[in-house]
Amino acid sequence: MLEVDGISKSFRGLHAVQNVGFAVPQGEIVGLIGPNGAGKTTCFNMIAGVFRPDAGQVRLAGRRIDGWRPDQVCTAGIGRTFQIVKPFAGLSVLDNIVVGALLQSRTVSAAKGHAAEIMEKLGLGAKRDMLASSLTLPDRKRLEVARALATRPKLLLLDEVMAGLRPTECDQIVAVFRELNRAEGLTILLIEHVMRAVMALAQRIVVLHHGEVIARGTPDEVVRNPAVLESYLGEETEV
Amino acid sequence: MIARLLEDVPRRGLVALAALFALLLVFPYFASGYLLSVGFLILYFAYVGQAWNVMMGFAGQLSLGHSLYVGLGAYAAAALYVHFGVSPWIGLGMSIVICVLAGAVIGFLAFRFGVAGVYFAILTIAFAEFARIGFDHFRWVQGSSGFFLPVANYTENDLWNLRGSPRMFYYLMLGMTAGAFVLCHALLRSRMGYYWLAIRESPEAAQALGVNVFRYKMVAVVISAAMTSLAGVVFAFYYNNLFPEQIFHISRSIELILGPIIGGIGTLVGPLVGAFLLTGLAEGLRELMLQLGIDVPGVKQVFYGFCLLLVVVFLPHGVWPPLARVLGLERKG
Amino acid sequence: MPIEIYLNVAASGLLTGLVYGLMALGLSVIFGVVRVVNFAHGEMMTLAMYLTLVLFGATKLDPLILMVPIAAVLFVLGYLLQLGLINPFINRPEHSQFMLLVALALILVNLQLIVFGPDAQGIRTAYSFDSFQLGPLIVDASKVYAALAALVVAGALFSFFRFTLLGKAIRACADNYDGARVVGLNVKQLYALTFGIGAACVGAAGAMLMVVGDVTPTIGPAYTLLAFVIVITGGLGSMPGALLGGLLIGLTEALGGVLFSPSAKSMFAFGLLVLVLLFRPQGILGRKAA
Repeated sequence: MLEVDGISKSFRGLHAVQNVGFAVPQGEIVGLIGPNGAGKTTCFNMIAGVFRPDAGQVRLAGRRIDGWRPDQVCTAGIGRTFQIVKPFAGLSVLDNIVVGALLQSRTVSAAKGHAAEIMEKLGLGAKRDMLASSLTLPDRKRLEVARALATRPKLLLLDEVMAGLRPTECDQIVAVFRELNRAEGLTILLIEHVMRAVMALAQRIVVLHHGEVIARGTPDEVVRNPAVLESYLGEETEV
Repeated sequence: MIARLLEDVPRRGLVALAALFALLLVFPYFASGYLLSVGFLILYFAYVGQAWNVMMGFAGQLSLGHSLYVGLGAYAAAALYVHFGVSPWIGLGMSIVICVLAGAVIGFLAFRFGVAGVYFAILTIAFAEFARIGFDHFRWVQGSSGFFLPVANYTENDLWNLRGSPRMFYYLMLGMTAGAFVLCHALLRSRMGYYWLAIRESPEAAQALGVNVFRYKMVAVVISAAMTSLAGVVFAFYYNNLFPEQIFHISRSIELILGPIIGGIGTLVGPLVGAFLLTGLAEGLRELMLQLGIDVPGVKQVFYGFCLLLVVVFLPHGVWPPLARVLGLERKG
Repeated sequence: MPIEIYLNVAASGLLTGLVYGLMALGLSVIFGVVRVVNFAHGEMMTLAMYLTLVLFGATKLDPLILMVPIAAVLFVLGYLLQLGLINPFINRPEHSQFMLLVALALILVNLQLIVFGPDAQGIRTAYSFDSFQLGPLIVDASKVYAALAALVVAGALFSFFRFTLLGKAIRACADNYDGARVVGLNVKQLYALTFGIGAACVGAAGAMLMVVGDVTPTIGPAYTLLAFVIVITGGLGSMPGALLGGLLIGLTEALGGVLFSPSAKSMFAFGLLVLVLLFRPQGILGRKAA
């Protein structure tokens, strides 16, 4: 489904991402992990169209999408959440999701219907008319996910959705993703620090460090990989 | 379609609106000439405030040069009438075209080159100033000496050429304001309305949801410009004289945004409430001062300034939201 | 037209441009540090000009001397304004701040209109009609003195920001609000000081302009716009940029006025503004936003 082929990005001389490549097969959940500053969100941003890669290609179902605008990338079937959530603060929860749903709905009423469904699925039904600005952080995260899901994506990019959630809340959302993956074949690429979620969801993991891929494989393989352990633990001891 | 427009508007609101409209309809029958002109002014500002609101309140783009569209619209229709005898109902087509072009140019320059926020506001001021100075030298419409429309004594209203009594203009303005209100209401509930609000709140998030931010911002600017141009047409035929120094002046731009800001940006009723309050109170003040024998230019503007100050400091969302809560007219979702 | 005319006009424009530059410097300092768009900048300047008028009428002292107390008065005004009215607005949306100052501008202009009337009023000093001759150039003495005063004040400002502890503290706030707070700087106080300084610049510039020309209430908004054009052209947040912008605008206005028509001269300033906004939004000497 998604092929990332040797992408690189530098910012004013700082190499954020160097020659990163991996694939996200259709219907699978792939995790992108690595210490802070490894370049994970930059990769996301290149896939989502926020940045154009300095080199390399991004392909969705065989079509090149690198350099496309974010709205074009979304129309092509990729939904994304933001690490720092960006709700439409002045709109209600339902209206927030409707904005996403409008992409694939012919009428506003159809969009509202679809939005309501997604809202229920993410457990936000009770907060339907509340302003997004008055939501707690976990709910804002759910809203972020709901909005992206409303666009009926083929591939969902999740950027540290679990950060700040309690274990039970984390499990709840994990269950939602598992279900969407199982029932609708939703492909997911997620950046995560919360290992609980990564281990529970990801069938495959790619590890970044200093902008490069240092390991890939199943969760069990990666967790035992010495280079990976060093990248995480090594960072701490250096401090 | 009417049913969909009316769904989830609180019933009390509908009743209030209907009552207001009825009141406005019969107003000319028991109003003096002076009051009628005040009524016209209130409706004018309500209309033009609503037009500005589309760009600012809905799409979040602050324009401080909206007098550009009023002026262009006014001059276009007036010139066609005076030089070629073309009826303003046809002339307004030209007004709209010119303003749409102007808006498109400004929008394109701004959005393509990433000019946003305060810089965008300054860009709009620059264009209005450009027009003000440019038209001062525009011989075809008499430049700074002023462009005059022929006024004669009319025994009956000539709606086709917009020559007639103040009452005719009042009803014309009422129709336009009501039309603008309904249009904006429809726009807000449409796909475009949702996208505009999304862009206003967070352009990045909107983009990530498939919204072509550039396109929708352009549409907002263009619709706002077109609507405002019609106000210009009415202005020209009501006052019958146009001076670049006045119509394009930055004070006009500021004047027309006072209503929506005081009433409440982004709300439908805001511009109406703002226009009523501001113009109503200002004229009241003027009357009071005349009674007291004071006739000093500038007092009205100082009053406007203080109103704006008070609202910006204490009621940042305008007068309407708290008023709506008090009246139980809050809209849901 | 003979080249001398152009040279004279250019020289005159450059001199006036220096005073404009000082005015714009005030705006640049305010915006660069406090991040407030002072839409009442020109109106503050006309306030200073009227103050000069009144004080001159009362004391007959040269405006360039009156510049000092007037700058002080404007400093206090700016300080109180920031402390009392604008500081609470730091976290409000951008257009809210803007509107606040628009309201102030509206009030200021019209109060001036009410108190002083719409007619142009000016000052005649001992040297109002003198001029200096440098080869082919003939320049007004008043413009030369005003320009020199502007340079002195600008120089003082530069030194303040460069060499004094307070100046460095203010620059720290500009660079990093939270960081400054963390190291214990009283940012709100410093903001107020900065606005005061910016207002003082404007006050000084106003006194200088009274030496060169007349005042009416309506030139307030015109100067606000001019200040913005200068600051944006020269580079937001760059002090040399403000002066450079002032020189540039003074020059283009003067030359535009003589090449085309006096009333069209501001069109050039606006044309320049549009070009800068499109192609080099950080201005000539500005730094690109991080």
